[in-house]
Amino acid sequence: MKQLLPYMRKYALYAILCPILMILEVFADIAVPYLMSRIVDVGIVNSDVDYVLKVGLIMILASLLGMLFGGLSSYAGARAGYGFAAEIRSKTFKKVQEFTFANLDEFSVSSLITRLTNDCNTIGQVTMMSLRMAVRAPFMMVFALIMSFTINPSLARVFMVSIPLTAILIILVLTKARPLFMKFQTRVDRVNAIIKENLAGIRVVKSFNRQEYEEKRFKKRNDALRDTALKAISTVIFVMPLLNLIIYGTIIAVLWFGGNQVVAGAMGRGELISFITYITQVMMSLMMISMFFMQLLRGIASKDRILEVWNTEPEIKEIERPISEPKDGSIEFKNVYFKYPASKEYTLKDINLKIDSGEVIGIIGSTGSSKSTLVQLIPRLYDATEGSVLVGGRNVKDYSLKGLRDSVAFVLQKNTLFSGTIRENMKWGNENATDEMIIEALKLAQAWEFVSKYEDGLDHIVEQGGSNFSGGQKQRLTIARALLKEPKIIILDDSTSAVDMTTDAKIQQAFKNLGDLTTIIIAQRISSIQHADRIIVMNEGQIESIGDHESLLKTSAIYREIYESQEKGVIRE
Amino acid sequence: MSRKKIQFKPNDPKRTLMRLFSYFKYNKVLFFGGIFSIILSAIARIGSNSMLSPIIDTLVVDHDRALFIRYIMIMVGLVVTISISQYIGDLSMARLAQKTIHKIREDMFSHMEKLPIPFFDRHAHGELMSTFTNDVDILNQSLEQSLSQIVISVITVIGTFIMMVYISPLLTSIVVFMLVVMLVSVRIIGKRSTRFFRNQQAQLAEMNGYIEEMMTGQKVVKVFNYEDRAIEEFEKRNEELRKASTNAATFGVMIMPIMGNLSFILYGLVAMVGAYFAIQGRVSVGNIAAFLQFTRSISRPITTVSNQLNTLFAALAGAERIFNILDEEVELDEGDVELVEREGKSYWKVPKEDGTYDYVAVQGHIVFDNVDFGYVKGKKTLKNINLYAKPGQKIAFVGSTGAGKTTITNLINRFYEIDEGTIYYDGIDIRRIKKHDLRSTMSIVLQDVHLFEGTVGDNIRYGRLDATDEEIIEAAKLANAHYFIKNLPQGYDTMLSVDGGNLSQGERQLLSIARAAVANPTILILDEATSSIDTRTEKLIAEGMDKLMEGRTTFVIAHRLSTVRDSDAIIVLEKGEIIERGDHEDLMNQKGRYYALNTGAIELE
Repeated sequence: MKQLLPYMRKYALYAILCPILMILEVFADIAVPYLMSRIVDVGIVNSDVDYVLKVGLIMILASLLGMLFGGLSSYAGARAGYGFAAEIRSKTFKKVQEFTFANLDEFSVSSLITRLTNDCNTIGQVTMMSLRMAVRAPFMMVFALIMSFTINPSLARVFMVSIPLTAILIILVLTKARPLFMKFQTRVDRVNAIIKENLAGIRVVKSFNRQEYEEKRFKKRNDALRDTALKAISTVIFVMPLLNLIIYGTIIAVLWFGGNQVVAGAMGRGELISFITYITQVMMSLMMISMFFMQLLRGIASKDRILEVWNTEPEIKEIERPISEPKDGSIEFKNVYFKYPASKEYTLKDINLKIDSGEVIGIIGSTGSSKSTLVQLIPRLYDATEGSVLVGGRNVKDYSLKGLRDSVAFVLQKNTLFSGTIRENMKWGNENATDEMIIEALKLAQAWEFVSKYEDGLDHIVEQGGSNFSGGQKQRLTIARALLKEPKIIILDDSTSAVDMTTDAKIQQAFKNLGDLTTIIIAQRISSIQHADRIIVMNEGQIESIGDHESLLKTSAIYREIYESQEKGVIRE
Repeated sequence: MSRKKIQFKPNDPKRTLMRLFSYFKYNKVLFFGGIFSIILSAIARIGSNSMLSPIIDTLVVDHDRALFIRYIMIMVGLVVTISISQYIGDLSMARLAQKTIHKIREDMFSHMEKLPIPFFDRHAHGELMSTFTNDVDILNQSLEQSLSQIVISVITVIGTFIMMVYISPLLTSIVVFMLVVMLVSVRIIGKRSTRFFRNQQAQLAEMNGYIEEMMTGQKVVKVFNYEDRAIEEFEKRNEELRKASTNAATFGVMIMPIMGNLSFILYGLVAMVGAYFAIQGRVSVGNIAAFLQFTRSISRPITTVSNQLNTLFAALAGAERIFNILDEEVELDEGDVELVEREGKSYWKVPKEDGTYDYVAVQGHIVFDNVDFGYVKGKKTLKNINLYAKPGQKIAFVGSTGAGKTTITNLINRFYEIDEGTIYYDGIDIRRIKKHDLRSTMSIVLQDVHLFEGTVGDNIRYGRLDATDEEIIEAAKLANAHYFIKNLPQGYDTMLSVDGGNLSQGERQLLSIARAAVANPTILILDEATSSIDTRTEKLIAEGMDKLMEGRTTFVIAHRLSTVRDSDAIIVLEKGEIIERGDHEDLMNQKGRYYALNTGAIELE
């Protein structure tokens, strides 16, 4: 809580006002039944019409004030609660922006989404509720108790029975129902999981004729859900009737004992009536307090999940006075070892490699040979566990992250386009890019050929995730976007796999003519890299061999094997 | 994610409500018993409230002790009635809601399983999922609470009103006046709060959409140094959401103090006028006490009804979406040709006009005769397709994305119905074959592997439910999956997380190949089945794949040309038409599109 509290500062005024206004409203709520008893016991008994009118008017005035304070308190509470939530959401979002790739791997995408949406909203709701309920309920209860003791201390002793009874009931339910409802939630999740699974895999289900099998599977889970729900219901459903029984029982007790006191003249008739009102108020407050605790538990769970994000320290940090950017696109790996935070085994072992500025490098190797891991060390998406990575002759850690990453364009294997227009997506690469620059980049990436066919050209809409483009088109767009950065180094991590061979070849050709740009291409197809200056063959986290196409065919067994598996049967002219 | 507007109001609430009620017929006792108990508890409550006045009067005014005790006894009886009938009522309604929802969920799921593939193309998964979860949820809530609360409230209002008129028509007129004021305020606040609430939902959806997109692309954000701009965009939306939420919450919460205090004002007015009448001797003090209790008990149900009506309408809108899915037409299957087993061999049992049957051996001979097909009316995806596959042949489809390769294979198993022409399977029009039987002779391996929650073994067994463990291991060995499965923590009993997230793409692919193998199909369809497997591994499983394809008619779609080279026929598609066909050598000699694709890189130089 201490960590979150400073984010309330901006809305502190409202956070303080809300409970104060709330207390004022409670005063009004409490005053009304008391005034009521005065009307009956003083006004009516003495047949004093003026007194009745006077007190009645005060009562109406009190209610109007109560309404005003209540309304204002609602506003202040909402303002403080949701303002607080917005501040926390903002801080969380900013924190995620600082995350390294390793941090992002650790938290899954869906868990980050839940934290930023549901958890932040819950905090807003709970804060608002707390500001209102946490003050209102106890105050209400205490005041109502005081009032009833003032009216008639001996009669107020009924509370000594009814309050503990209610409390025990509420505690019992809270402890018994919670595990049941958690179980219920997992059952709901299981039902939803199977629906999701079937929606996604409907073709598989249908092609294997497994509809009935799936229906049976679903029925089992659906039945289990119903049974748990029924059990949970029968556990909690008696609470409200029992509470009613307690409240009405108390009222009857008050009538019984109070009635006798009225006869004896120890108590006014009006006092008896208002006493009954206070009983209801005390009981209602108790229920509100229990509801508040339920809410609080939800809020605490959300708070913990958010703090988990806040307390994650990104390990990749800039040094005190970083250099702004590398002087050229040369790269060097010196005795580099790397392992992922969670794993025991080294993913990269003993990497030594020197790449000159402007060189075109191909990297090939089977799945799991750590090709992607190797290149991710260059723009410091991960830091090497041992050894050092140099760009432009200096350790990557000497540069500012912004400067380094501006100089290294990285086209990721799992790449994404964002909703908006093509132009907006291209401007990710360079905010100030002109249309000419964008078209130039699209041409280099062989994407202009299809973009130019759109009537709206660069204004063509990109759906979320680029779902309205084919795989090959998406890859070409992401390459163009990377080129717009005008980087010193460009890394293509299996970025042309969905592009057909002819187009792929054109892209490779275009890159060759770019001059001083250091290009690193990871590919599965030999044809994508065979014209590179040098080709690195990776195997199980190590460099197996380096050379050009012709020499590797002679020296590298793995390379030859890959080549043959792909080129078998092609008729060569 | 779809950012469509959420509909809050049902189009035809009456019809939807009636249809919903029809679900209660399975639980008539619960429904009528529940409603009866609820009405009983509401009446008992009014009774107990109206008892207050006689009780006080008998004692204070009449000094009749015996009557006082009798009244107290009646009161005790009423209170017990309230509690018991409320318990029975609540329990019945909750059970009714659960059972109804359970049935609706079951109906929805089994209906979904029967819907044709085009339905799933038309509807976003997120949208369907939301109907399954959110709409069902709110319907459940409203069945559990809204229904009984509305019944209670209406009865309480009516009953209380009658009692009030009975005690004092004069005081009642004040109450009626104040109730009108309250109703009007509820409407005004309710309307505004609904508007703000909808605005908040819209902003929330917008925010969720943005966050989802950004989190999914977070690695791209990093690579492009886009953090600051992302934050800027985010802050704009965050501020909008904050404003919308504050407004919605303010009005949502405000209704409580306003209604509460309005009822206090009512209370005060009644007290003033009542006291005045009491002094004049026109009403008894006890009557005022009862009346005041009535004013309290009549104002609360009015707020409740107004709140619950909103929930009920939202629930009905959801129910309408549920019923819309249930009204979707299921996949028809009017085929009269069945698959039968005779002496260990499969035959098509074809009825003849004279009532006898022809038995045609299942061989896997496929012919496309002038087939046209379009996903959308008037837009042809496939034009004039003529091709044949003899039993045991391997036919490959090559072409760019959107050329229609996958579409062709989806026509063979009748995921989609052709518009023109005929597809023959062993000489029989596939429209005459029962879909279930048609599909049971085929296996598909898709690029996007879909695995189900369960063990590795279960997932392979999905191909044939009665496969023995030996057969499963056999199939896994064939697909070259046995080795990696053995190395998993619990081998074939290893639980897969949701959609096999703990396996690599390649491993998942191998599992789906094993799954197809265990089904022992006559026809095999491989749609980019090996695209996620690198060429070295592909070579390793090539032998298994060859064995798998042996004796089966196989249709292969592959991006990687090395995969399709040894096919009996390669069919090159472009824009839904066949532009070249022949075996590898023929096509290379033709020097057409296939040749260009194969030698693309070389040609450029």
